[in-house]
This record gives sequence, C-alpha cells and structure tokens, in this order.
Amino acid sequence: MDGDILIQILVASIAAGTPFVYAALGELVTEKSGVLNLGVEGMMLVGAISGFIAMAKSGSLLVAVLCGMTAGALMALIFAVLTLTLMANQVASGLALTIFGVGLSAFLGLKYTSIALPGVPELHIPFLSDIPVAGQLLFSHDILIYSSLVLFGFISWFLYKSKAGLILRGIGEAPKSAHALGYNVIGIRYLAVLFGGAMAGLGGVYLSVAYTPMWVEGMVAGRGWVALALVVFASWRPLRVMAGAYLFGGITIAQFHIQGFGIEIPSQLLSMLPYIATIIVLVLISRDQKSIRLNSPASLGLTYHPNNQ
Amino acid sequence: MAISRKNVLSVFIILLCVAGLSLTASAADKLKVGFVYISPIGDAGWTYQHDLGRLAMEKNLGDKVETKYIENVPEGPEAERVIRDLAKSGYDLIFTTSFGYMNPTLKVAKMFPKKRFEHSTGYKTSKNVGTYMCRFYEGRYLTGIVAGKMTKSNTLGYVAAFPIPEVIRGINAFTLGAKSVNPDVKVKVIWVNSWFDPGKEREASEALIAQGADVITHHTDSTAPTLTAEEKGVYAIAYHSDMSKYGPKAHLTAATHVYGDFYTRTAQSVLDNTWKSEQVWTGIKEGSIALAPMNPVVPADVVALVEKTRKGIADGSVHPFQGPIKDQGGKVVVEAGITLSDKELLGMGYYVEGVLGKIPK
Repeated sequence: MDGDILIQILVASIAAGTPFVYAALGELVTEKSGVLNLGVEGMMLVGAISGFIAMAKSGSLLVAVLCGMTAGALMALIFAVLTLTLMANQVASGLALTIFGVGLSAFLGLKYTSIALPGVPELHIPFLSDIPVAGQLLFSHDILIYSSLVLFGFISWFLYKSKAGLILRGIGEAPKSAHALGYNVIGIRYLAVLFGGAMAGLGGVYLSVAYTPMWVEGMVAGRGWVALALVVFASWRPLRVMAGAYLFGGITIAQFHIQGFGIEIPSQLLSMLPYIATIIVLVLISRDQKSIRLNSPASLGLTYHPNNQ
Repeated sequence: MAISRKNVLSVFIILLCVAGLSLTASAADKLKVGFVYISPIGDAGWTYQHDLGRLAMEKNLGDKVETKYIENVPEGPEAERVIRDLAKSGYDLIFTTSFGYMNPTLKVAKMFPKKRFEHSTGYKTSKNVGTYMCRFYEGRYLTGIVAGKMTKSNTLGYVAAFPIPEVIRGINAFTLGAKSVNPDVKVKVIWVNSWFDPGKEREASEALIAQGADVITHHTDSTAPTLTAEEKGVYAIAYHSDMSKYGPKAHLTAATHVYGDFYTRTAQSVLDNTWKSEQVWTGIKEGSIALAPMNPVVPADVVALVEKTRKGIADGSVHPFQGPIKDQGGKVVVEAGITLSDKELLGMGYYVEGVLGKIPK
C-alpha cells in the first residue's frame, strides 16, 4: 500500500471521526454532571436539518452552525425540563427525545431533500499546508474539524483545570454534598445538558453541511448511539474519547479501502470491524478498575431530588 | 301523510341511506391503490422513481383511482402491519416495493384473498400476489459502455449494497458493457452493507477514487457517490434517478427505472377484472428502463453507440448476457451464441472477468 493512499486514509479518518468528537465530547460533559442523555441521535438529526436549512437559506457557515447548535440545545432543553424539573426517568426521556428528533428532523426536512450545498472549503494555511506529508495530514482540513480540536482542548482544560469544571464533576459524583455546599445542582446540570445538546447539534451540522452536503432522513445513521458508547468505553476521559472517535472513523474508512484492494475478508465482517475494534481498544486501555471508579460519575442516571435531603 | 316528528325522521333516515349508498357506489367505482415504500420519496432514488410511477398512473387514470403511499417502512413485522392496514382499509391493489417485503406480502395476501398484491423484485408468487421487476441490467450494460469509453485510468468503481443476485447481475452487466468497448477495463467493488447510508457511500466512493477509479457508479439509494465524484473531480454514473443536479460536471448519465406504464396497466387490469398473478420482468423494450440525458462531455460517437445498442436490446438483437462470457478465472461459462435464460439471470452468483475481488458470502 503506497504512502499516498495511507495519507488519504488518515485524512479521511479525521473527517470521519469529527461528528463523533462533537457529539461524544458534549455528552461527556453532560454525563460528568450526572445526567445520562440518550437523546444524542435525535439532537444530532435536528441539528443537522436546522444547519442545513440555515445554510441553504443564508449561505453562511456561521449562521448554519449557530442554528444547528441552537436546535440541539432546544431539544436538550426539553430533555432537561423533563428530567431535571419534572424528575422523569432519564433513560426513558432520552429515548423519547431520540424518537422525537428522528421524526421532527424528517418532517422539517421534507422540502429540502433535493438541494445540494456547495460544502465547506478546506482551509489553506499559507506555509504549513504545503509541507509534503504533514501539510496534507494536519493542515488542510476545514474549519469545523479544527474547531473540534479546539473544543477538545477547551473541555480538557475546563473539566480538570478550572474551578467550574471541578464543581461540575463534584455534582456528578455527589449531588447531595454539592447541594449542601450551596451549589445549584439543578441549574448547573441544566447548563451541562444544554451544552451537550448544542454539541450534538454541531456534530449533526458537520454531517449535513460539510461531510455529505445534502439532507436525507436519518442521515446521522446511528452515529449518535456510537458517540454515547464512546463516552462509556472511554471511561469518561476526553483524550480517550478523541482516540475512540478517530479510531472508529479510521477503521470505517480503512475497511472500505481493504475491500477495494480485493483482500478477501467478507464485507460483513469488515462492516463490524469499526465497532468491535473500538470497543476492544477502549476496554483494554480503560480496564484499570481504579481508573474507572475514579472517572465514572457516581450519580450518573440517578434522578436528583433537591428537596429529599 | 301527516307531518309528524316520526315521519320526518323516517324520511330523513331514508334520504341518508340513499345518499350513503350512492356515495359508496361511487366510491366503489374508484380503485384504491396502495404503495408501500422502503425509504423516503426524498431519497431521489429507488422510492422516488416508484412514486413518479404512481403519479403517472394517477395522471393516466384520473378519477378511476385513488392512491395512498406509506414511506419509510422497514422490512419485517412492521411491513406486515402496514400492508395489512392497507388491505383492511379497502385498498384493492397494493404494491410493495422492496425485496424484503416478500414474506409479509404473501402472509397478508393469504388473509385477504380478494385483494391483489404486486411485489417488486421478489420471486415468490401466489394466487393473488404477482411480482414485477425491471431489467436493471440492461440499463447497467448501456452505462457500462459509457464508463468504458470515458475512463482514462481503466479502473471503474462500484459502490454496492448487499451481495444478492440482483446487485451481482448489475455489476456483471456494467462490466460486460464496459469491456465491450474497452477490454482493459477493471471494476473494483466495495460493499457498504446498507441500501441507504450517505456517509458510508461517500466513504466508499472516496476509497475507490483514492485507489484509482475515475468513473464511479453505485447500487445504493443516495446521491452521495455522485456528490463525492463531483467533489473529487471524477465521473459518476447514477442509478435509479437522474442525479445530475448533485454533480453537474461529474454526472455522465444514469440508469433510471420507469414504472408509470406498468402501474397504469396493472391498475387498469384490476378495473377491467383481467388481473392475474404473473412474474413480470420488463426492460427497455417495454419502456421500464431509460437512460438519463447524457452529459455534454460525452462524445457524440459514444452517444450514438449507446443509442444503437439500446435499440438492439429493445428489438432483441442484443442481449447483455450473451456468450462468450468468461468468469473471473478466465474460464468460459457461457458459450458463444448462447444467451443466459431468465432463470439463470435471477440466480446469478458469480463475477464475470474484469471484476476485482470476491463476492462476500
């Protein structure tokens, strides 16, 4: 396999992994605050169609991104009201929101299925993009991919190096203690959920505006569920989430190349490969029991009742 | 008769019954035709073409038919429920447009012996279930000619869904068409194991292009391969529908399906009470397969050759699967002068020479 194809695979892997990066990092923040949001798939879809419509109508990527994030956040708001104010079961509410998102996005997108958008151009950084190998690999992506890397940096810093992140994690571990210390558990969880929804929406926008600039019903095709799994298998650590996202995207791309080379592995097996490989790798690197206990939010999925102290 | 309340009431009821009877009488004149779709009409592909056929039928038969469609019905128990609901609500002719609806259709047909069902791309029939399919491979053969002539790298890319005979037949016909004008051409196949997943279709197309393919075609339902080809500056040949607006520079042509005539004929036969269950396999001759308009970049001599071949298929003098045909190993599997029968075509499970790779089991 010559170097050129290898570079193409790596470049494509980064693009393929980006929707997972956005959705999974957003879900990571939500889960660190103790809320299990299973509605990621629905929020990605609603974000995708909102961003698509905004892009089609305005031609501006910024407007599309803002609309997609807002749409995702609004869906997350419904989820937050259900689970944080009305104390509904988080799992059931999340699933309901996914189903709702699938239908709502299809409905909103009815008139937009035969529009083709021009896509998002790759950024050309004057000197760096022209470096033979590294230039193509690292410096020729579109702005949404670079933003996802910035997001990773921000979330890593926020969760582990800032006071606000510490409070967030504390709420995820022991909401009662946080409440006793005077922190507004419900309010902060609201913010975390909205952030997760906005990121899921952004992941959806990337799919419908940059990755395959078109809209079809259900185009997220299960990526939201993969993002959810990534967060768990990566034991809630941002760097491992990134690794899982790119690994998943990378193996998906690689398996198509493997088929193209005529290597005789059944294609059904190759289709399973991204899922199996990602699970295996993440489980292996996260199998330290102490590390798992340290990182998984203790109150994840449990409804917090502020008045039952 | 004295105008008492009872009399007025009885007259009113009688009038109501008469009105109701006349309404049902006129409703009984209208044939209710139901359509079950596997994907949304907006897929701009498989279901879109079926729906165009439905609209053509409505236009041709006007007041005589009333149609309803249900889209996005997954294969399996959900399909059975949808078909049964249609039959129960008075739909006398129901078209089920996906291979996986085969068993649900037969099951519901047994429960409703007076209703008629037509199952697309299936192979099982019963007293009130017929099947219909287009000779997609004829369109594939013609597009193969275009691809073989337009390729410079002699590598063609094929994004395929599932390794069923229909898809393999399409790959073979495409390859045979391309090789008939360009013996050095090779076809690479990537299986995405889904009828419809734009992301995977794009990734597969990118992989094929990275490995040297400069004409991409597909047996999947979205416009992603055409979009990707446009982005990467190679050619694309679409399937199901004309997808030129998704790739104005890349889109050479498309092998499209035309269902309007068949739907009109079938509905009319039900109205005339002449419907019977049969396995209908129509192609270019009957107008079921058509090519989308050629991209101006295709040279005039290629367009003329394709048209000549198309006419040959229509009048029977040319058949995409006539011998000699060699398998991948170079062995002759169909002798010169012999044409594969419908039965052999329906069960096709091997690649012809020129296709790279092995068929997944």
